[in-house]
Amino acid sequence: MEVGQLQRQFVEHTASMFHEGFLDGQFSQLQQLQDESNPDFVVEVVSLFFQDSERLLNELTRALDQKCVDFKKVDAHVHQLKGSSSSIGAQRVKNSCFNFRNFCEEQNTEACFRCLQLVKQEYLLVKNKLETLFRLEQQILAAGGSIPMME
Amino acid sequence: MGLAKESQFHVLAVDDSLVDRKLIERLLKTSSYQVTTVDSGSKALKFLGLNEDEQINSNQPSVSPNNHQEVEVNLIITDYCMPGMTGYDLLKKIKESSSLRNIPVVIMSSENVPSRISRCLEEGADEFFLKPVRKSDVNKLKPHLMKTKDNNHQKQENKEASETTEVQPQPPQPQPPQLQLQQQQQQSNNKKRKAVEAEGLSPDRTMPRYSGLTAV
Repeated sequence: MEVGQLQRQFVEHTASMFHEGFLDGQFSQLQQLQDESNPDFVVEVVSLFFQDSERLLNELTRALDQKCVDFKKVDAHVHQLKGSSSSIGAQRVKNSCFNFRNFCEEQNTEACFRCLQLVKQEYLLVKNKLETLFRLEQQILAAGGSIPMME
Repeated sequence: MGLAKESQFHVLAVDDSLVDRKLIERLLKTSSYQVTTVDSGSKALKFLGLNEDEQINSNQPSVSPNNHQEVEVNLIITDYCMPGMTGYDLLKKIKESSSLRNIPVVIMSSENVPSRISRCLEEGADEFFLKPVRKSDVNKLKPHLMKTKDNNHQKQENKEASETTEVQPQPPQPQPPQLQLQQQQQQSNNKKRKAVEAEGLSPDRTMPRYSGLTAV
């Protein structure tokens, strides 16, 4: 595929991620922090986010599987997930954490379990989309092109 | 006057979140600060050369007087919500320490809780940032860092003066309690306003604005 096409795909993909609320302004902030001295900053932070989120989602699954659910623990994990998703601009993941915390307070196991499914879903969606984004970037660079600046 | 060579400011960042540590480190580095990150309050205190269990006694000279100088920290920026020692606990310990109390401390939090903000500012925090922290927040650190550089320079001058003459410059006289309280109140109000204004600036912030501050 030629560079122009790849670049167009990149632009469209990025734009749709913002339009559909998968990403918010914080992600742009991350992109602005990337430069020639730190060309992989965004990929690095996002990779840390993936790592961290997978750990937290596993912990949450385990915690909600207990006979006696420790809601304080569950809430603490959700709080962390909300924080890190907010820090990278993963808006829909962040938003899915709000209700989760409310149900923790209510100590509603069923509802928490449903929330966990939702959060997992949102996480996987944004993960796939971000991986596509990074793949496109790599392809553009490999083809000798430059990454288009998004407004 | 400024004979000391221009050295980089050193910021100690404390946050239990891996992602946030990475982010704050990058933000600080783009402002050309030297950065050390740690993942807990107790590690921060260790790094600063303060034993967590150390008796707080301002008359007691520090055990290793050169320790603080080797690891000179010009500003501490810490997350509020951390397991074990919270950012607030860390702030208190720093302000209670004779060797560390002059280091400006900035608190970060993902939650916009006015009473929390007040508490931190009243305990001596110089700024309160709402997460996610942005470049515009980090730009606010400069004046606090410049203030300590002046203080350090002043201390150096005082030290030299005391070494050569017997007359030591008097420290500023403590003001009458009432006046001091008023000034503190004003100062913390100004900072509270800063914290409020900061979060109202950009449109894509989802944090709700709050028009007035009610002490809880």
